[in-house]
Amino acid sequence: MTEKTYREALTDALHQEMARDENVIVMGEDVVGGSGSPHAEPGFVGGVFGVTSGLYEEFGIERCIDMPISEAGIAGTAAGAALAGKRPVAEIMFCDFMGLCLDQLMNQAAKFRYMFGGKATCPMVLRTCYGAGMNAASQHSQSLHPMITAIPGLKVAMPSTPADAKGLLTTAIRDEDPVIFFEHKTLYALSGDVPDGEHLVPFGKARIVSEGDDCTLVATGRMISFCENAAQALADDGITCDIIDPRTTSPLDEDAILDSVEKTGRLVVVDETPPRCSFASDIAALAASEVFSSLKAPVKQLTGPHSPVPFAKELEGAFLPSPNKIKDLVSEVVNYK
Amino acid sequence: MQLAREELEQAYKQMKTIREFEEHLHREIMTGAIPGFTHLYAGQEAVAVGVCENLTNKDYITSTHRGHGHCIAKGVDVIGMMKELYGKADGVCKGKGGSMHVADMDVGMLGANGIVGGGPPLATGAALAAKLDGKGGVAVSFSGDGSCNQGPVFEAMNIAAILKLPSVYVYENNRYSEHTHCSYVIASESIASRVEGFGIHTVKANGLDFFEVHEVMNELITKAREGNGPVAVEFDTTRFYGHFEGDPQDYRAPGELEDDRENNDCLKIFKTKVTEAGLLSEEDIGKLDDEVNSLIEESVEQAKASPLPSAEDVTTDVYVSY
Repeated sequence: MTEKTYREALTDALHQEMARDENVIVMGEDVVGGSGSPHAEPGFVGGVFGVTSGLYEEFGIERCIDMPISEAGIAGTAAGAALAGKRPVAEIMFCDFMGLCLDQLMNQAAKFRYMFGGKATCPMVLRTCYGAGMNAASQHSQSLHPMITAIPGLKVAMPSTPADAKGLLTTAIRDEDPVIFFEHKTLYALSGDVPDGEHLVPFGKARIVSEGDDCTLVATGRMISFCENAAQALADDGITCDIIDPRTTSPLDEDAILDSVEKTGRLVVVDETPPRCSFASDIAALAASEVFSSLKAPVKQLTGPHSPVPFAKELEGAFLPSPNKIKDLVSEVVNYK
Repeated sequence: MQLAREELEQAYKQMKTIREFEEHLHREIMTGAIPGFTHLYAGQEAVAVGVCENLTNKDYITSTHRGHGHCIAKGVDVIGMMKELYGKADGVCKGKGGSMHVADMDVGMLGANGIVGGGPPLATGAALAAKLDGKGGVAVSFSGDGSCNQGPVFEAMNIAAILKLPSVYVYENNRYSEHTHCSYVIASESIASRVEGFGIHTVKANGLDFFEVHEVMNELITKAREGNGPVAVEFDTTRFYGHFEGDPQDYRAPGELEDDRENNDCLKIFKTKVTEAGLLSEEDIGKLDDEVNSLIEESVEQAKASPLPSAEDVTTDVYVSY
């Protein structure tokens, strides 16, 4: 184990997989940086959040490829290269920009295997950052994992810790299906113990973040730490929680969630997206359908409101779930009569 | 083409307002008072002003993530913009948009844009509306060198060409698409030569010289207004600050920025031209500088004193009715 940041853990996974398999290639805007500059040596940017740092120096421009600002081109090139035997890891700088390349993901990469009768594979990874918390306003703060999770054929991973960042990205690169890999932009500097050497975290296997008796909290990404803070405060009031991080929303570890709800009898789902047709409503529906007789209180969802993400600090703060809001909602559920 | 004294004063004042607006933000961002991602336009003022001085309120523009200059040049209220950047309730977008989404429909400013290449299709649509309205309006899209590699931009230009729309595609080539040099990401000889392939009359010109920009645009915009179909222009220019505030700009040569500030500053070039030709005196310019500085000071004072938005505002304006 070595203490690493979320960013370093991701770089570690990319580095190890590129060294292990020459078919793994990285492509995206400024993943090298400085290309074509008559003044600078290429390689100094390594992605706007630094995740692809050092890959160009190690593997060269043939395998760490700077791309123009052409999201549809990047996603489509990755999908085509994957069909033809490569394992591209493409970067879309902000998940909001997936709007520009949705056709390549939704109509192309996601459907090749099915449409071609199981005769094709598209082992690509599309890394992207998501989430609010940096006052980056409506077009740089969205969390689009529910929309992508709804597309059959795409897998969706969203690590909440540095160790999972490495383990899930390694698994994503080795997976035979297209994986959309959501990195929370506020977590890149988060530190934690990361296994050295090869580290794989299986898809569809939740992480039990903490165990308790009174309520189940399901969340992903940055919302996990919000849940942990809320659970600590609730423990002072004698309320204990299971916190479950599914780690991949597709495939989804339904058993881990349902087993926990059967035990606690209560469920609060926390997510930073708007509420409609969301990850939260999906998990709530799962519990209501499968373990209704175990429920002691209505299932609750804590999400953003049905609005775009606003710019001003006060507005963004009001949009987002918070440890306090989680604590209040869990108290309400536990005290439900 | 000889500009009247008032036109010269107006042009200088607009360029200087943009410059001081951006210089203030550059200083203030370091203090943490401005939230979010900010991209400064300083260095490119001659383009925004040289274009917009040929437009009226019946004309439209679309802009980019580096949009403050376009907004000011098109007549968006500077005080309301400053309030917006400070995230205040009475900002032009009520604190909901911030730097990347400043907009004002009343002056035909259809929005700064967080998506590279987001603007040209919108300008194409605004040009369609202008054509249907039949009042001689045009729509101008400002976009950077990076945007010329986005597919939707190609589609928009082709649509404008086949429909003979009064749209004007202005490409500001400041040489760097974020942190990557344009020579690496643009395979054609120039942006202009690529755009010509769409059957659009295109010009390449010096974006550092206000007079050249103004003259070229006068000709192109007149052509578009008269119903001859879309036009385009590539302006060579430079930016004084990074892709975003905080970008260390390691991709630029040692001394490159200093050289740009010294020799390629569009404001200096303007001043030299008008004073040497005896059109405006140093004193005239000093007076305009004072006016601009008071406006910026006033805008900052008001922005700092303005009320913060409240939590209830998060869910307003999502729809007109729901």
